Amino acid sequence: MEIITIAVVSFCTGVFASLGIGGGMVLIIYLTLFAGFSQLSAQGINLVFFLPIAVISLVLHTKNKLVEWKKIFPAMISGLVTVIIFSITANVIDTKYLEKGFAIFLIGAGGITLFQRKPKNEN
Amino acid sequence: MFFTGLLVGTANGLFGSGGGMICVPLLEKNGFDEKKSHASSIAVTVILSFVSTVVYFTKGNLEFSTALKFIPMGLVGAFIGAKLLKKMSGNTLRKIFGAVMITAGIRLLMKG
Repeated sequence: MEIITIAVVSFCTGVFASLGIGGGMVLIIYLTLFAGFSQLSAQGINLVFFLPIAVISLVLHTKNKLVEWKKIFPAMISGLVTVIIFSITANVIDTKYLEKGFAIFLIGAGGITLFQRKPKNEN
Repeated sequence: MFFTGLLVGTANGLFGSGGGMICVPLLEKNGFDEKKSHASSIAVTVILSFVSTVVYFTKGNLEFSTALKFIPMGLVGAFIGAKLLKKMSGNTLRKIFGAVMITAGIRLLMKG
């Protein structure tokens, strides 16, 4: 992978992540379609990529009192159950099924994003 | 909120991404305003992503060195995006991104 390509892809990923519309998908799409990584490897790379950026964002958001920690606590607990089950599943199933599942998820998420109504606060 | 977590954990666990795309609209439906839904979504997904990362690591499916190459400019992109996009409409970018996702999804489905 060339340095310039990595820089452009990661920059775009960061931009889309800051918009909150799924920057990780940009990275996974690049890694699987253009850089030759398997779906599982691409997902793992994305997870490592996401963590430091998310932690920094979270510190800033918490400082700005934008995180409703008490309200989201139930979501964290229930999320922990499914994330463990399904991350183990992702690591044991054939990566081809993972790839097709991700493709279907992308199409669905893309459709929702494309036809999503503009948020009230945006110009 | 419990249901939100179940769905976000499913996407995050299975695909290593996409949790935010599910979490933000569900938080908004739960009465969060836009900024708080985005910020709180990151709080949910970062914890779940950490757990996913541990699972991937124990299964030997993490490529740290490759991931580290993407982090520096990713941080720059996140910072600049947050600053610039306050002044711009994100709607056009969303539509472009939505179209890119659909196209990429179709290409992935057709991949041998």
